[in-house]
Amino acid sequence: MALRDLLAPKSEIPAPVFLGLSLFAIATLFGGWCLLTYGHLVRPDFLAPPDAVALAGWKRLGNLSLLENIWASLSVIMTGFLLASVLAVPLGVLMGSFQAARALLEPITGFMRYLPVSALIPLLILWIGIGFEEKVTVIFLGTFFQQLILISDVSARVSKDLIDCSYTLGANRRQVVTRVLFPACMPGVMDNLRVTMGWAWTYLVVAELVAANSGLGYMILNAMRGLFTDVILLGVFTIGILGLMTDTLFKLLRRVLLPWSATF
Amino acid sequence: MPTLTIEDVTVRFETKGRRPVTALDDIRLTVEDKAFSVIVGPSGCGKSTLLRLAAGLFDCTSGRLALDGETIRGPSADRGMVFQSYTLFPWLTVEKNVRFGLSLKGLPAERQKAVAAEMIAAVGLTGFEQAYPQHLSGGMMQRVALARALANGPKILLMDEPFGALDSQTRQLMQALLLDIWEKNHKTVLFITHDIDEAIFLGDVVHVMTARPGRIKKSIPIDIPRPRAMETLTSPEFMAVKREILALMHDEAVLADRSAAGG
Repeated sequence: MALRDLLAPKSEIPAPVFLGLSLFAIATLFGGWCLLTYGHLVRPDFLAPPDAVALAGWKRLGNLSLLENIWASLSVIMTGFLLASVLAVPLGVLMGSFQAARALLEPITGFMRYLPVSALIPLLILWIGIGFEEKVTVIFLGTFFQQLILISDVSARVSKDLIDCSYTLGANRRQVVTRVLFPACMPGVMDNLRVTMGWAWTYLVVAELVAANSGLGYMILNAMRGLFTDVILLGVFTIGILGLMTDTLFKLLRRVLLPWSATF
Repeated sequence: MPTLTIEDVTVRFETKGRRPVTALDDIRLTVEDKAFSVIVGPSGCGKSTLLRLAAGLFDCTSGRLALDGETIRGPSADRGMVFQSYTLFPWLTVEKNVRFGLSLKGLPAERQKAVAAEMIAAVGLTGFEQAYPQHLSGGMMQRVALARALANGPKILLMDEPFGALDSQTRQLMQALLLDIWEKNHKTVLFITHDIDEAIFLGDVVHVMTARPGRIKKSIPIDIPRPRAMETLTSPEFMAVKREILALMHDEAVLADRSAAGG
């Protein structure tokens, strides 16, 4: 395979080459990390070597503290995200297709969507404290308004002809909403839930870094105080892997629940 | 007995800061029972608007449309419609798409299945019942859309340039298929197109529309015997009618061009 074939825009490359390039990128990053740490180019309290991170993980798996922190974070993110989604999906679909719903919701969403939730954290701590409820609220506020806007766009893009066609087949307004508008929105809804799930992880860590007594963000912050860069990296990797897993789960869900919609 | 009557229908669009646009001007038209009526006209003449009025998807500024003497108010399963754009429900299989109208009526599942099977067979798609629309070609999707509209047993079938998005070979196949089905059931059809060949090939009568404001310029009965086939397209009668309609449409195109240039 000639190099010039690999560099043609928007054309396929062989699967082994694709995989090879991906592995190369990971190996380069990992190799650089090894070089910096084992080559004594940086101090271990500045950047811990890979084996120290692995050992820290092993130890914290053994005494279950890593699992406890994962559970603390996961329960927060899942609760906040589910609450937001359960409300945002129906409201977003209505907002995109009903002028009245848009008029009611748009002023608030328009304001809230550009407001970083981190700005609200001090207020939330005053009101609710630093426990589970406060972090769930952060996730909720951080994802709900974004979901609302994204899903209302999905709903607004449903073709008018599809709706009109349903009427000529004898559907009444309620049936048009429940049997046509909602199903037509589902692929877009799933894609946007997947995107906002990624944002939810960001807000979770922000909330835990500011104030928390458990969770992965808390673990990272605590490790910083003692210059335990191995534990910091362990926390970062754990979040990365959990994020990757939720993303894969969403892709899988879409394939299983919406087999009729063209997938990427 | 005439089925669809269009009585002195005018549609005017009011746009802020602009002169109101008269899309349809005093249209009078009777769509005869069991006849295949075609409206042909240049783009922008308001023919689609007229069809949407008949479907009840749109209200006229003045005048009245009636089906069997009953004024049309809003859409109904009585008036089935096939759109130019692809309007199959992508989350439903071919069979479920065809059953959609029947399921809204709450017909027993067995009955729904029987009707769907019959309609799918009529459009030649037996074997594709469980396929999803994303796996069908454009022509196949329009066949399903036709089967879905017919499954409801409408009094009239409204077709808005249903083959407009298809390539010319597929379009000819679809026209032949449509005529084939129509010869069997003689459903009342109102068909919109800008393709003169298509209009003459399909219609019992062709209404030629003018643009801006949209008016019916002339209604031409098509006496070419049925069943019609590909040879019809080159027959002397066909050519004679085509020449007449072309002349009518040409005058219109010149006028429309001039009025566009004059602002």
